[in-house]
Amino acid sequence: MTAPLDRADQRLRADDGLTGALRAFFDRVRAGDLGMLPVVVGLVVISAVFTALNPVFLVPNNLVNLLFDCATVGIISLGVVCVLLVGEIDLSIGSMSGLASAMVGTLWVNEGWPIGFAILSAVLVGALVGWIYASLFSRLGMPSFVATLSGLLGLLGLQLYILGPTGSINLPFESPFVRFGQLMIMPHWFSHLAALVPGVVILATGLRRRARRLRANLSAPAPTGLILKAVVLSAALEFAVWYLNLGRGVPWMFGLFVLLVVALDYGLTHTKWGRSVLAVGGNREAARRAGINVARIHATAFMLCASLAALGGTLSAARLASSSQQAGTGDVNLNAIAAAVIGGTSLFGGRGSAWSALLGVIVIQAISSGLTLLNLSSSLRYMITGAVLAIAVIVDSLARRSRISHGRA
Amino acid sequence: MTDSPKSPRGAPILSLRGISKTFGAVSALTDIELDIHAGEVVALVGDNGAGKSTLVKVLAGVHRPSAGTIRVGGQEVTLDSPARAMQLGIATVYQDLALCENLDVVANLFLGHELSPWNLDEVAMEVRAWTLLQELAARIPSVREPIASLSGGQRQTVAIARSLLLDPRIIMLDEPTAALGVAQTAEVLNLIERVRDRGLGVIMISHNMEDVRAVADRIVVLRLGRNNGIFDRSASHQELVAAITGANDNSVSRRMERKEART
Ligand SMILES: Nc1ncnc2c1ncn2[C@@H]1O[C@H](COP(=O)(O)OP(=O)(O)OP(=O)(O)O)[C@@H](O)[C@H]1O
Ligand SMILES: [Mg+2]
Repeated sequence: MTAPLDRADQRLRADDGLTGALRAFFDRVRAGDLGMLPVVVGLVVISAVFTALNPVFLVPNNLVNLLFDCATVGIISLGVVCVLLVGEIDLSIGSMSGLASAMVGTLWVNEGWPIGFAILSAVLVGALVGWIYASLFSRLGMPSFVATLSGLLGLLGLQLYILGPTGSINLPFESPFVRFGQLMIMPHWFSHLAALVPGVVILATGLRRRARRLRANLSAPAPTGLILKAVVLSAALEFAVWYLNLGRGVPWMFGLFVLLVVALDYGLTHTKWGRSVLAVGGNREAARRAGINVARIHATAFMLCASLAALGGTLSAARLASSSQQAGTGDVNLNAIAAAVIGGTSLFGGRGSAWSALLGVIVIQAISSGLTLLNLSSSLRYMITGAVLAIAVIVDSLARRSRISHGRA
Repeated sequence: MTDSPKSPRGAPILSLRGISKTFGAVSALTDIELDIHAGEVVALVGDNGAGKSTLVKVLAGVHRPSAGTIRVGGQEVTLDSPARAMQLGIATVYQDLALCENLDVVANLFLGHELSPWNLDEVAMEVRAWTLLQELAARIPSVREPIASLSGGQRQTVAIARSLLLDPRIIMLDEPTAALGVAQTAEVLNLIERVRDRGLGVIMISHNMEDVRAVADRIVVLRLGRNNGIFDRSASHQELVAAITGANDNSVSRRMERKEART
């Protein structure tokens, strides 16, 4: 048999098997292709520090609460990943989520709309806002930074206007919507079953891809690495689920968030749209010359971002059982952006993944939960969260510099 | 000074009449006329800043011309976007290559034309990528590395391979061999002849007169954004240099005279 098509070059080291995979991983890290490494390390450090300071941090029910909070900000952060990937920014996500929360409150409670319609209209308004940003950007050349900054104020104003003088609307506690945001937990058997899915999917798709590559005379790594990965991942997830089930269990809302992450990840890595998003973020002019409709890609990214912010906003209304003037203000904006960046999506466009929203938001919420347990004032909490964000951006910039000097863009 | 070119067969597949392009106060192109026939290699030569790349970009749909008409296959067309130019079968290798450094070789080759858009067929794309690259005798160790980690010549090969992907009718190569090694240059020149024999029209820009003379059927000279003569490949070096620089008394000819005087 001849050498596989992609192994013909004699300079190429064959990174086969487990040691090969490890060596390739270390090479990548050294070249500044950090991926999710900083966030995993960060998470371990943060948990260790907070548990040492206050053991309540690691109690199952505290972690369950943490997952509830992760879901709302995480969904907003997922949208931020989209705009960061095309090399733009949306600073109005906080206001958008606040407006969505206000819309759901007024339409559902005050106007008596069915809850589904109220949520849908909030998400559609989000899409409209995103479309406006994209048009301002591609037709008038308005930098997204400025367009969304004015959006931040405008949408906040709209939120206050809708809520009127009373300033807040309480959502009925007994409604399924609020219960979804506060109480609904997966049955234990279901959560254990769900924790097996990622491992099985990785194994099945991995083996299928391997078979196809071999058939096409391309090299394919031995399946041991794949099996090991699936086993380790399943074991870790099963342990996490078991631990959470010692408390209340895994929130459905968190399940919804993970589902959205998986969907976006598929979109970004397995579709033409995702390729185009990365290309536009990497080199806009090259993408245009390759025949990509850059304006349309921008529009989808901004629309997805604002719609996800709106969805996150409605869920946080459910979480708090109220639509108030405070919804979406304060640190929501920065937390969502910070989560995406901490998770490893670059501020410079063109690199990152949907998973960064998940990992990043867990870090952000862990810090915030730990600081709350320490009874620190919000002044200190802001300063510490700010410092963490700064560190994340510094890591991003340094990694980028290292990538450039190692020729990995 | 304009030798009349040997009359090519049939109607041109691409023809430009009165094409002008201005950037603010700069007229990069003025009243350009150009015909490309099927199965013909036309070399576009001229000094730095003569407007060669601008002309290529106009034909690639990157810049809209300020005036003039473009006909493809006899039909008058508006090339208002790169996608439109590709649709009409015009493929381009840009001088700056226009690759996405953050994406790998396969992703760059198929950018905008991925196989099965809703569930990318990575295996088929990778196989096609290797076959294309092998045709060009490319020396690329791995197609799964980001473009940023490739050498200048490897990138150029990727850009050339990409232009062949869509089975175009006309290929425009803007200094395709500038960064290439000996074997790869020869391979690209072979490739140009191969695609010409397949009946494609080729526009090639090069500063290397040897390469130009090796493959070009006609040599079109641009000077300061204007047509400055059409030659066939038997034209003397002197003639070409004179047309490119715009005078018989120029730095190139003075250099050659000095050299001859010394020997
Ligand atoms: N985008 C642009 N904006 C303004 N001026 C431009 C632009 N592109 C090209 N020009 C001008 O048009 C003229 C022709 O440039 P062009 O790149 O076509 O030259 P060229 O013949 O390809 O030169 P070279 O051999 O150096 O590649 C130059 O004077 C250049 O400054
Ligand atoms: Mg040029």
